[in-house]
Amino acid sequence: MTMKKRSNNTSNYTSRQGSFNGDDQDRQKARGQGAHPNSNQAHNPDQASDPEPHSDEHHAPDHTEDKYPKTNQDGKPEIDLSSGKYTKVWQGPNHPGVTGNMSLELTLCGDEIVDAKTHVGYLHRGFEKLFERRLYMQVMPTCLRMCVPESDTNEYVFSEAVEELTGIEAPEKARWLRMLVLEMSRLQMLLRVVPGQGGAFGLGIGVQWGMYVRELILDLFEELTGGRIYHMYMLPGGVRGDLPEGFRERTLEAMEEVYRFARRIDDVMFNNSVFKKRAVGTGYIDPSWVDRFGIVGPNARAAGYKRDVRKDHPYLFYDQLEWEVPVLEESDIYTRARIRWMDMQVTADLIRQILDKIPEKGSFKAPTPNALNWRIPKGETYIKAEASRGEYGYYVVSDGSPYPRRITLRGPSYTHAIALLERMLIRSNIADTGALMVSLQTCPPEIER
Amino acid sequence: MQSTIKNLKKRFDISEVKEQRKNLTFISTEEDQVVPLLMHLRDQEGFSHFVLLTAVDWIEEGVFQLTYILNHPEKKTDLGIRAYIGREDATMESAHHLWEQVATYQRELKEMFGIDFPGSPRVDEEFFLEGWDDIPPMRREFDSKQYSEDTYFPRPGSKSHDPREYMKQKLYRDDYEEEK
Repeated sequence: MTMKKRSNNTSNYTSRQGSFNGDDQDRQKARGQGAHPNSNQAHNPDQASDPEPHSDEHHAPDHTEDKYPKTNQDGKPEIDLSSGKYTKVWQGPNHPGVTGNMSLELTLCGDEIVDAKTHVGYLHRGFEKLFERRLYMQVMPTCLRMCVPESDTNEYVFSEAVEELTGIEAPEKARWLRMLVLEMSRLQMLLRVVPGQGGAFGLGIGVQWGMYVRELILDLFEELTGGRIYHMYMLPGGVRGDLPEGFRERTLEAMEEVYRFARRIDDVMFNNSVFKKRAVGTGYIDPSWVDRFGIVGPNARAAGYKRDVRKDHPYLFYDQLEWEVPVLEESDIYTRARIRWMDMQVTADLIRQILDKIPEKGSFKAPTPNALNWRIPKGETYIKAEASRGEYGYYVVSDGSPYPRRITLRGPSYTHAIALLERMLIRSNIADTGALMVSLQTCPPEIER
Repeated sequence: MQSTIKNLKKRFDISEVKEQRKNLTFISTEEDQVVPLLMHLRDQEGFSHFVLLTAVDWIEEGVFQLTYILNHPEKKTDLGIRAYIGREDATMESAHHLWEQVATYQRELKEMFGIDFPGSPRVDEEFFLEGWDDIPPMRREFDSKQYSEDTYFPRPGSKSHDPREYMKQKLYRDDYEEEK
C-alpha cells in the first residue's frame, strides 16, 4: 500500500515540473537518480521501488501523498497558503546564508522545501546597456565589475575579444603575465569558497584562516597592479606592467602558505564528522543533468565530467603547463568542496610553473591605436575562459563604430543559481539552503549585468 | 567542423558561414528553422552543451539578431547560430524544452528586448526589473541618459563631462592643444 501511494506521488511531482517538455521516462529516470544513494534526506518517493525488506516495518506512516502540492493544467503547483500546510519564506536578498544579493522564495512544508523560485534584480547595474555608450577602452573599468570577487577573468576575456576582432596579438610575456594573474585570481576566490563551505554549516574557523591567506594574495595583487580587488591589469594589447623586483620569491612564499592552509583545512573541515554528516550525500547533482542544465566547472567535475576550458580549449599557454584536471564522481556538497580544494592546490602548482616560465625580457604591451579613435572592425566573437566557477565568456559584436554594438556575458551562475538551484532546492531541508548555494558557488553579479 | 556544416546544409537553410577561429564558427539560418536545427545539433551532432542565447538590436535594419551558442564537448568546438527576426511584434519559437536554462534566457530577452517566446515557462514574470513601465530597456531606442534625467532629479554640485572631450583633455592633452 505504501509503495503504491508513493508511486502516485511521484507522478504528481513529475507533472508539476511542467517547464520541461522532454521525455517523461527520461525525467523520471533522472529524478530517480537525483537522490544520492547515501542521502539521508527524508521523503524521497523515488526510493519507493527500493526493495528494502524492513523499510515498511519501521518507518513512520507515509504522508507524502498529500504533502506535495497538486499541479494545475499548466504544470504549476497549486499552493493554498490558507490551508495551513505551507509556509512561504523569503531567504535573502540580505541573509548570511545567501551568497550575494539574491533572494529565494521558498514554500515550505514543515522544514522541507516544496517549491522554490530565485529572484534577482537587487544589484542590476545595466552594464550591458551602458556599454552601448562607451568607447571600447571605457568598457574596461566597468566590465570587470560584472563579477565582483573574480574580476580578472572579465579583463582577460574582454581584452582577448578586442584583440581577436582587431587582429592585435599580445606579446608572449604579456600572455604569461595574464596567466599568472588569472591563476592568482582563481586562487584568492578558492581561498574564500573552500572554507566558506564549512562556514555555511557553521564551521567558522576555516573561513578566518582562508581570509588570512587570501590577504597574502591580495597583497601580491596590490604590489603588481596597484589594486586589491579590481586590478585593471590586462587591457587590449597586453598588460600594464612588469613583475616588481622580488615578486617571484614573495609569491612562492605565499604559495607555501597556501599548501599549509590546504593541509589544515583538510584536517579541520574535510575530516570533521559534523561537516561530513551534513555535506556527504546532500545536494546531489545527477550526472545526466550536466548537459541538461548547462552545468560547468567544479560542479560538473564533481559529477564525473572532465570539463575545463583550460584543457578543452587551451588559451594563453595552458597547453605548456603540466597538470591534471581534478575529477570526482560522488557529486554531493562534500565532493564539490573537495574538487575546489583540489583545484586550489592545482592552481598553486600552476602559479609556481608560470613563475618559472615567464620570460625575463620582452615587451608586455603591443602598440594599440589612440583609444579615442579606435574603430573595431565589424564582426563578432565569443571568448571564454575557465573562472573558478566554470566557463565564463563574453560575446562581443562590433558594428565597425568606436562603440560596441553588443557585449554580453555568459556566467556559470546564470544557470547554476536559477534553473539548477530552483530544481535542487525542492525536497531539501531549509537548513541546507545556504550550503547548497555555496556548493554551487552562485554569484549574483554575473547574473545581473 | 566542415563535415558538420556540410551535413547541416543538406537539411537546413544555412548561410553566412564564418569560421571565426579554429574552434568557433558562426552560421545563419531562417527564423523558423532555429529550433529544429538546435534539436538536430543536440541529438544528432553531439552539441550537447548550451552556452548562451542573446539578442543584438540592429535598429537600422529593423531586425533583432538572435544568437544561440552551442558547444560540442568531445570535438571541443563552439557553434554560433544566428537568426534574424523583425523588431515589430518580435516573436520567436521557444526552445525551452531542449535545455532547462533556455527558459531563463528567454525570460530575460522578453523583459530586456521585448522579444516574446510563447509557451516559455514564466516568460511574462518580472526578472530583473520590478514595476518597469517604459519600453524594454535594451532596445536601442531606449535612451538611458534621458531616462535618468527624467526620473531622477539632479544632485546639486555634481558635474558631468562629455567622456570623449574629457578624455581628450586629460589623457591626450598634446593632441587636444594641436586641434585647438
